[in-house]
Amino acid sequence: MSAGHTFFSVTGLTKDFGGIRAVDDLCFSVEKGSITGIIGPNGAGKTTVFNLVTGVYRPTSGAIHLMGEPIGGLRPDAIVRKGIARTFQNIRLFNRQSCLENVMTPLLQRERHSFVGSVLRTPGARRRQRDLADRGRSLLASLGLEPFASQQANTLPYGLQRKLEIVRALATGPELLLLDEPAAGMNPEETKRLAELIAEIRERFDVTILLIEHHMDLVMNICEPIVVMNFGALLACGTPDEVRSNPDVIAAYLGKGKKSHDASAQG
Amino acid sequence: MIMDYILSVATLAGINMIAVLGLSVFTGFTGLFSLGHAAFIAVGAYTSAVLTYYYYVPFALALVAGSAMAGAVSLVIGIPTLRAKLRSDYFAIAILGFGEALRVLLENLTITNGARGLPGIDSFTTPFTVLFCLAVSVVLVSNFLRSRWGAACIAIREDPIAAEMAGVRLFRTRLLSLMVSAVFCGLSGGLMAHYLSFIQPVMFTLTQSTQLLAAVIAGGMGSISGPLIASFAFIALPEALRVAQMWRLVAYGLLLVLIMVYRPQGLMGYREITSLFGKRRDDGRRER
Repeated sequence: MSAGHTFFSVTGLTKDFGGIRAVDDLCFSVEKGSITGIIGPNGAGKTTVFNLVTGVYRPTSGAIHLMGEPIGGLRPDAIVRKGIARTFQNIRLFNRQSCLENVMTPLLQRERHSFVGSVLRTPGARRRQRDLADRGRSLLASLGLEPFASQQANTLPYGLQRKLEIVRALATGPELLLLDEPAAGMNPEETKRLAELIAEIRERFDVTILLIEHHMDLVMNICEPIVVMNFGALLACGTPDEVRSNPDVIAAYLGKGKKSHDASAQG
Repeated sequence: MIMDYILSVATLAGINMIAVLGLSVFTGFTGLFSLGHAAFIAVGAYTSAVLTYYYYVPFALALVAGSAMAGAVSLVIGIPTLRAKLRSDYFAIAILGFGEALRVLLENLTITNGARGLPGIDSFTTPFTVLFCLAVSVVLVSNFLRSRWGAACIAIREDPIAAEMAGVRLFRTRLLSLMVSAVFCGLSGGLMAHYLSFIQPVMFTLTQSTQLLAAVIAGGMGSISGPLIASFAFIALPEALRVAQMWRLVAYGLLLVLIMVYRPQGLMGYREITSLFGKRRDDGRRER
């Protein structure tokens, strides 16, 4: 590990829901500029990790650091301002607003407008609003959504809704972008294009990406390193090749053959 | 004679429209229900009336003070309930209790003259005053909704979790929205007190809160013009139907049922009446 602090890390992260331990003493770190993947069987606690990192849940114990600063337990909007943005597994857009408005909302929240000026709609306030709308349009254009700027978000086709969610996340100006199953519901061709898009976003917006995904081809192609979770705990971590050949990972995904068969027979 | 009557109905409708406009910020655009906004009308009415009645404060100043007082009182209920992130329906119940408590308080204070009410308030409110206040309110509210804070309100209505992840401060924004709505209800109360020249705590019950809410929902949540049209209709229609005394309130109820069955999104839905007459220039905060 290089000197100084790591870009992003979770240490000893634990989350209990009643008697169920959804995340169990999880430790991993993310290098700046990487595309790190989180994989694991269903119910392994991947989305819970995202919810902990973004402040939707409070960790039971453990720490989360972004660029040396502890962010565990902060409110979601405070974490956004620290530089973490996310998309959701089930798309959560501002459905009845236009695409541009969806992007404008995070842009506006970053501004320090005067309340009186805004309510009186002074020429200065109008100009700032127009400039921001232009920035919103160019953000939309960067992912090819500009033609849909004034279209209502929930009338977009599914794939474009996912893209719009990414644009909205980018509009918060993140250092670290969390993508929760960005390829869910996409066919292999679309998945391939998405992989290219994710790599492009990293370059263009200079963000680090942490993503959860079930499409192995996507993960194995663009993610390095890959974090594997099982039953809320870290199972393995490494390059795609290391993970692929790790016996524990194979066992978690494919079962343990005779040994696990015996165990289940006893249980 | 008949013109006077029509003008007085229109004036009362205008006063009511200002309160509905306020509530639509909170319910229509921020997505939180309230069954207690009559309390803010009461605060505005009593504050301004007491100021002009006992202290001879100029009318305009009394109106501003009444609105400000309503805004301040909204913090008393808003801070504990909104901080607790009560779900919309629980919040509606909490503010219902608050509204009733406030009314009982007004019935027992000396300065408000208790349950007998304050008679003989100077009738400073003219139809023109109401029209002017309504126009200013509409402009201010629509500017607010296009601002950074309005965008935050609408985002919360659409999806509170996604809004937070877009950098919206949930508690502050909801509180601000409640305060803005209370200020306009307070203004409406001040105008009302100085139009009717008599106010009484019993005028500010749950029934009135419900009527405000009905106008917002029937008019369309997420529209300014919809609730304004609905509130005007709800005041004017029972008056117009006075010829059929017995059936007028039945017709009123029936109208509400029909709107909800055939247009559950409200008269205007999430759009504005201006959108029916061609598109406004798209400057980022499109007309809804």
